[in-house]
Amino acid sequence: MTINANVLIASLLDGLLIGFVYGLAAMGLTLIWGVMDVINLSHGALIVLGMFGALLAVQSWGLHPYIAFIIVSIAGLFLGVIIYYIAIRRVLEAPELTTLLSTFAVSMIIIGGGTAAFTTSPRNINFNLGTISFGGGANVLGTKLAAALLAAMVTFLLYMFLYKTRIGKSIRAVSNNRAAAELMGIPSMQILALSFGIGTLLAMGSGALIATLFPFNILSGSVYELKSFVIGVLGGLGNPIGSLLGGLILGFIEGLIPNFMDTSWTPVIEFALFVIILLVKPQGLFGSKD
Amino acid sequence: MRRIILSPFLWIGIIILAAIATWPMATNNPTLREELFLILMFITMALSLNIILGYTGYVNFGHIVFFGLGGYLGIYVMSTLHWGLFPAMIVGGIGASVFAFLLGAAILRLRGAYFALATIGINETMLALAGNFQPFGGATGLTLNFRIYKLYGGAGKALWLAFALLAAVTIIAFIASFIIEKSKFGLGLMVIREDEDAAMVMGIPTPLFKNLAYTASAFLPGIIGVLYFFKNGNIEPGEAFNLEMSIEVLVMIMLGGFGTVSGPIIGAALYEEIRSSLIVNPLLQSMHLVIAGLLLLAIILFVPIGVVGWIRQRVPAVRRYLE
Repeated sequence: MTINANVLIASLLDGLLIGFVYGLAAMGLTLIWGVMDVINLSHGALIVLGMFGALLAVQSWGLHPYIAFIIVSIAGLFLGVIIYYIAIRRVLEAPELTTLLSTFAVSMIIIGGGTAAFTTSPRNINFNLGTISFGGGANVLGTKLAAALLAAMVTFLLYMFLYKTRIGKSIRAVSNNRAAAELMGIPSMQILALSFGIGTLLAMGSGALIATLFPFNILSGSVYELKSFVIGVLGGLGNPIGSLLGGLILGFIEGLIPNFMDTSWTPVIEFALFVIILLVKPQGLFGSKD
Repeated sequence: MRRIILSPFLWIGIIILAAIATWPMATNNPTLREELFLILMFITMALSLNIILGYTGYVNFGHIVFFGLGGYLGIYVMSTLHWGLFPAMIVGGIGASVFAFLLGAAILRLRGAYFALATIGINETMLALAGNFQPFGGATGLTLNFRIYKLYGGAGKALWLAFALLAAVTIIAFIASFIIEKSKFGLGLMVIREDEDAAMVMGIPTPLFKNLAYTASAFLPGIIGVLYFFKNGNIEPGEAFNLEMSIEVLVMIMLGGFGTVSGPIIGAALYEEIRSSLIVNPLLQSMHLVIAGLLLLAIILFVPIGVVGWIRQRVPAVRRYLE
């Protein structure tokens, strides 16, 4: 197979832009993991909920997709807090299996309800921002560029929130050492609820962005959930900023591989990489809290 | 050994399982056979997963990998090399165990959630790999030639044969689980579950024990993978390495009570019954996943030890009969 430099650059650029959105999705997963040691198996279902939330807002209320993105994200914050109080709070101290299964139960409820309401037929949001040329035949879709910019902006806001505000610092303190944080007068239960809310916000927000890029159905979430796991491990579980880098790496791989071999090999390489990194360097390429 | 052979629980269990297995044969009822095929299959899956999950405390989301790999190996030797069903079952079981042994040597060093994540990764790697591996037919998978069933007296007879073999495998799974639970090996696994570092200090060879538990848990899924896909006549990646099914088996163990022998059996039967009754009910059909999810959430939040654990806690008198 001959490799065309222009095609290569275009597909790498494409992959990197999508990588920002992947990174945003993974950030939700890894924030929750970092703060409360819970692997959120409802992550994929929440991403799908974000997709369908955006779809409803655009189709039924005629909103602009990016306004829908904001509304869906805010709804995610509240939903996350509710999920936390119902399904997580009681079992936070139990062994891993318990929280894995309680979040999986939430996922079953969301996917089951979604399947009943929307069936599994494919949907898409009809939205186009034209193509933007970077010269030399490297064109990208405007929607992808906009989604990447929005994802980068949310990441920046999250960073500022976690590092510059008092509540954000409390989240990091609880993540670091919950007992010590409680002794310092931080209300850890509220902080944990807020963290789960922010994690859900990120999941649903990224879902709303992905919905503007690709067609989807009610079962699409598992694909992005698995990508989030891969990214989380790449960037270090519990390290939200590492997730963005992990997302970019994954996007880069997805842009690179189709140039050299069949696209169906992409998941093989992604998951093999995932397992190898877990074995060799489980704290992630960029370190994490432990 | 005497204590195991004379246990009333063991014999009651064998008699109940054997009675369940002969029921559709005696009444010559294929519908019942198909229903029980699924239940027995899930019982074996749950019992074998329970060895690594319930006794050793390692959360394995990739149990279905052994089922899928065994199925692929078995169907491959039957369709391409024209082997019989029995050698194919042995190939499936041993293939899955060897794979588990090699894999376990690498991933059992991981603990807690990292192990759980790695098993999800293994499952997805296998799924993606099977879709690209040409000897296994790639994305379309392998199909058995219909003539193969002639060797077993036609398709109808072959289905009964698969069911009888599955029933035998289920009874073996039950006996093996009971022996492991009562053995020193099983005790060692439970110490690892409670505190792995303490187990190491006490002189338990933890890497070996963990890997043996993992290898043992892979053997029977490998065999029933062959039986299941022999019955279906074809195998494709999505069905062989279905993560959802892996998690369903986990739910069954939780429902019944992990770390017990009867828990996975009761959990598997209950879950399958609940699911099938929800699916056939026109009112609840579309909501069956929601109801199953609510049920699971309720169990985890309020009865985390499962049905069997709860009964054992409340009624100490039955403990001898409900291991």
